[in-house]
Amino acid sequence: MRLSGRFGRFGGCYVPEILVPALEELEGAFLGSQEDPVFAAELNDLLANYAGRPTPLTRCRNLPGNIYLKREDLLHGGAHKTNQVLGQGLLAKRMGKTRLIAETGAGQHGVATAIVGALLGFETVIYMGAEDVERQQLNVFRMRLMGAEVIPVESGGRTLKDAINEALRDWSASFETTHYLLGTAAGPHPFPTMVREFQRVIGREARTQIIEQLGRLPDVVIACVGGGSNAIGLFADFINDDLRLIGVEAAGRGLDSEEHGATLLRGTPGILHGAETYVLQDPDGQVTDTWSVSAGLDYPAVGPEHAHLKESGRAQYVGATDAEALAAFKALAQREGILCAFESAHALAHAMKLAEAEPEIAILVGLSGRGDKDVSQAQALIA
Amino acid sequence: MSRYQAMFDRLDGDGAFGAFLMLGDPDLETSARLLDAVVEGGADMVEVGIPFSDPVADGPVIQAAAQRALASGVRVGDCLDLIASFRNRHPDVPVGILTYANIVIARSGFIRDAAEAGADSLLIADVPTIEATPFTLEMEQAGIEPVLIAAPNTPDAALQRIASLSKAYTYCVSRAGITGTHAGGQFDAGLIERVKRKGAPPPIFGFGISRPEHVRAALSAGAEGVICGSAIVDLASRHGDVASFVRSLKEVTRNDSAAE
Repeated sequence: MRLSGRFGRFGGCYVPEILVPALEELEGAFLGSQEDPVFAAELNDLLANYAGRPTPLTRCRNLPGNIYLKREDLLHGGAHKTNQVLGQGLLAKRMGKTRLIAETGAGQHGVATAIVGALLGFETVIYMGAEDVERQQLNVFRMRLMGAEVIPVESGGRTLKDAINEALRDWSASFETTHYLLGTAAGPHPFPTMVREFQRVIGREARTQIIEQLGRLPDVVIACVGGGSNAIGLFADFINDDLRLIGVEAAGRGLDSEEHGATLLRGTPGILHGAETYVLQDPDGQVTDTWSVSAGLDYPAVGPEHAHLKESGRAQYVGATDAEALAAFKALAQREGILCAFESAHALAHAMKLAEAEPEIAILVGLSGRGDKDVSQAQALIA
Repeated sequence: MSRYQAMFDRLDGDGAFGAFLMLGDPDLETSARLLDAVVEGGADMVEVGIPFSDPVADGPVIQAAAQRALASGVRVGDCLDLIASFRNRHPDVPVGILTYANIVIARSGFIRDAAEAGADSLLIADVPTIEATPFTLEMEQAGIEPVLIAAPNTPDAALQRIASLSKAYTYCVSRAGITGTHAGGQFDAGLIERVKRKGAPPPIFGFGISRPEHVRAALSAGAEGVICGSAIVDLASRHGDVASFVRSLKEVTRNDSAAE
């Protein structure tokens, strides 16, 4: 490996020896692409003319305070995920791979991978926990419609982490022809660095846009954190600025209940899915089940760079409960006419709390995705 | 002299037969009985899994075994107790632990406790050579021998690290994949030759050993032994005669038999 893949003491490359050459190949291709103007031009063309970048920055007209929303919900595919699947898709082409595999929880990353598989002509296989397949029939259909094969994973708890396990197992035997298109800024090196670089566009645009609109930088930048890709993408270009960075984790049914996905707030350091990071686990090191109303935050580990930002104190991590997220989801719909994803509603919930406490500050919120996927669940929960 | 070294000396050119079992599968009592059964069948060394909730290097058979153990409430401490009592019953049989990094780091003193329980080696499936040093240093201090994995796609630089970091034996796999992967009876003699040339510990083939002809082919490729995992675990889960099965494979490792 050419880079250390470490963020402080976190990160690294904890995979079976068999996969190390595949990750070295990926790191080489990624670093090569970063210096290649042809790659950058093709990616920028897809981001602009296929996916619809730049996405707008919207100042809330009616919610109290001074809240700006970075509108990744308006990106093709409906969430920030598209940014990085296009990047990884082009990398897979560059490496001569013909097949993509990916994991998905609720199906958002699976749909994004199916999009790039259809667009760039890959055979695409999506691993999805059998439990999630049953709960997310519509996304399963979307993926199949775009030509992806969806394989229900029956092992373990039959959810996202089991889907990642299964994708890693597939990759252990298939890496010669196959690229594992990991969905977030987690996993073994080089994924956390690579995914951050492909998501950096969110913060880069937002920084320019808010300076244009507000005349200065915001006081606070807030994003939700599951695996942490939209948050790290939003934070990356603000890390050296004098402002607060806040990540919002899923507090589920309460941080003191056992039903949450607040890895940084309630987890302990461990090694899962290739990286040293915070993990929700029992004293023996067995990984525990998580809960959140939003499937995208329902993950027992977190990207290693967030673990480092927490430990170094550069970013602060807080929780928003299911109920707080639902209230924010509803408020944004009623007051601003925007249906956001449940994940993004966690970030907004904390922003609304802050706006009340400190009405003078300017808050930038990553609105990572649109809420269409959550509408039927919202109907059951709110009605 | 280490138990592995003593075993290789004792075998005097015969291939070593390693039997793998998941500790606590399906419960502690049965697990202890199965450990005795593989020794009765002639296993020269025993490899034991400590169950982990997310075993990414394992195929369906070993995954299911870990799930059964965890579902019956087996804790890491119970597994170490199983090793300690096995050690009392079988003072000379080398015992190697196969597990995952999170189990090793979650519980402070795991490596020391494993050594004290009488385990001879430790293979951490998701710690490749580039991340191995902090672990192997701690193992050396505790008196437990590190084992690392070599595959056909493992570059010479990594084999060099295996040679300098590990002891006991080198766990060789014939093709990429996970446990239970069928090697199709093909075992890579080139890998064995590279392992030996780098001066790494004795190469032993795992993955894809389920029949006498696999054992024969693996030894013909130059390996010093074989480890059979999924086939034994699968048979045990169906209440089959594990001792007889081990005996049928062990037979092939004897020099006079391999020459037939």
